[in-house]
Amino acid sequence: MSQMPKPDTAELRSKYPGVFERPASARLAMPAMIAVALAIFVYGLVDLDFSPTKLITGMSQLGWITMMMIPPNPGSSFPLYMQALGETLSIALLGTTLAALFALPVSLLAARNIIPSNLIRFPVRRFLDSIRGVDTLIWALVWINVVGLGPFAGVLAIMVSDFGAFGKLFSEAIEAADRKQVEGIRASGGNALHEIRFGLLPQVLPVIAGQVLYFIESNTRSATIIGIVGAGGIGLQLAEQIRVLEWQKVSFLILMILIAVAAIDFISSKLRFAIIGQRAVV
Amino acid sequence: MATAISILPAQQLATLTDAYRKAVARKRLKATVATAVFCAALFIAALGAEVNLHTFFTYFGNFLSYFDRILTLDSGARVWTNPVEWFWGLKKWLRMLGETLLISYVGTLTGAVFAFALNFFAAQNTSPGPWVRFIVRRLLEFARTVPGIVFALIFVIAFGLGPMAGVLAIAIHTTGALGKLFAEIVENADMKPVEGIRSTGASWLSCMRFAILPQVSAGYASYALLRFEINVREASVMGFVGAGGIGQELVVAIRKFYYSDVSAILITIIVTVFIIDISTGWLRGRLFGKESRR
Repeated sequence: MSQMPKPDTAELRSKYPGVFERPASARLAMPAMIAVALAIFVYGLVDLDFSPTKLITGMSQLGWITMMMIPPNPGSSFPLYMQALGETLSIALLGTTLAALFALPVSLLAARNIIPSNLIRFPVRRFLDSIRGVDTLIWALVWINVVGLGPFAGVLAIMVSDFGAFGKLFSEAIEAADRKQVEGIRASGGNALHEIRFGLLPQVLPVIAGQVLYFIESNTRSATIIGIVGAGGIGLQLAEQIRVLEWQKVSFLILMILIAVAAIDFISSKLRFAIIGQRAVV
Repeated sequence: MATAISILPAQQLATLTDAYRKAVARKRLKATVATAVFCAALFIAALGAEVNLHTFFTYFGNFLSYFDRILTLDSGARVWTNPVEWFWGLKKWLRMLGETLLISYVGTLTGAVFAFALNFFAAQNTSPGPWVRFIVRRLLEFARTVPGIVFALIFVIAFGLGPMAGVLAIAIHTTGALGKLFAEIVENADMKPVEGIRSTGASWLSCMRFAILPQVSAGYASYALLRFEINVREASVMGFVGAGGIGQELVVAIRKFYYSDVSAILITIIVTVFIIDISTGWLRGRLFGKESRR
């Protein structure tokens, strides 16, 4: 068997100094970043009043709560909870649909290939951005001030916060649409409306439908939590039961939410594939 | 030069148009049925959500005038005429915003560390056994599906009011979300280096450290930064349930109708979120090249 010749390290080192010796800045960058990250972390722990005793008492308390949660038991309120769950699903469906309806015309204004002028597009985009910057829960609080407690406030909150998200997503879908079909329609004598209807919409609609379905799915989650501030649905029940420390009911409600979310996930992924084929959405 | 378009003979054309009409009719029927089902679902949902168009139209003016009111100072002047009075509590709000950022930072880092520890067990190609994988996957799914604010509600009772509950809630939610994303990165990793390292007789742990980790660490950091961005928004509402941060101030202002404070706090939140979005986007672009900027 032939022996591999021993590499002459010293010679290689003098030949290719760059391989063996990285500059100090490259070697120190990583540890320095980690040190800074850790320093901020420790400062955060101190500033946010973390203490081992607090953590341990909290953990034992949490363990006790978990013990109290088993087995999940709705007591006599099961029909009430089912109704609340239905309310949550209604909020998600209605809020998302309304948002999509309102967002479609606005998204046209924010799309580069429809409105080439920066003068309109820029303010519309910033407007949508600011709506998205405000959390759904905050919108829920605002709407409760306006229409009162109840699921209707939840619908409106989801509508407004999704309006921002849809406006952006739809306009991106429109910008990604193929220009050729629109030109084809124009070449055969169609007017601007024809161009949008026959050139643009057939390309954009499946993408939009997929996004709307995806949002209905994710809004089922958001709709469960806006109840916590009083906007109806299962979150209201959940927050109430947590406040009165009925842990068995709490765990039952959490279980219900998990099952409902899983069911919606399943249905909507089936529907999405039926609408847009095996392409990934979002 | 004009070219005549050749038209097929009538008989041939008839069968073709017939087939076309049939195909279109089937598609139209499908679309109509789908629309009808959707409308019915909407109608039922409207009943379920107690939608009251009358209330809506009566109070829609309130919604608009709400924005009018939050942009008015107590003295009746517009807010921008007197920014000093509008942002009278800026010092306190900035401190609370700092707390919010710290909550999301500590929560994201803790969650990322846990997700990092768990994801190799959850990924198909690196998991030591199907049972471990199943259990870890269900755990992550649970942590991800239960909304962070529900964890916060429970933790506030267990750990007491304060930012600690918010940090832990965000950490748990982040563990679930990042654990899944990290596991997906690992599943996409090239397995040849693992074989190479295993053939030298290395343990599972060494395989992960020297074969997988170098491939995936950039993706991890990118997702963690993205998560930090999301968690800043999440942390801004943790205060609603008493888990620290700027949310506490905001909920008080909304509930007690301190109108101009509401707009001032909202603007500080929006600006902060913008700054964080832009700077993490910039950082990700710097660290991992343009392609990972999303």
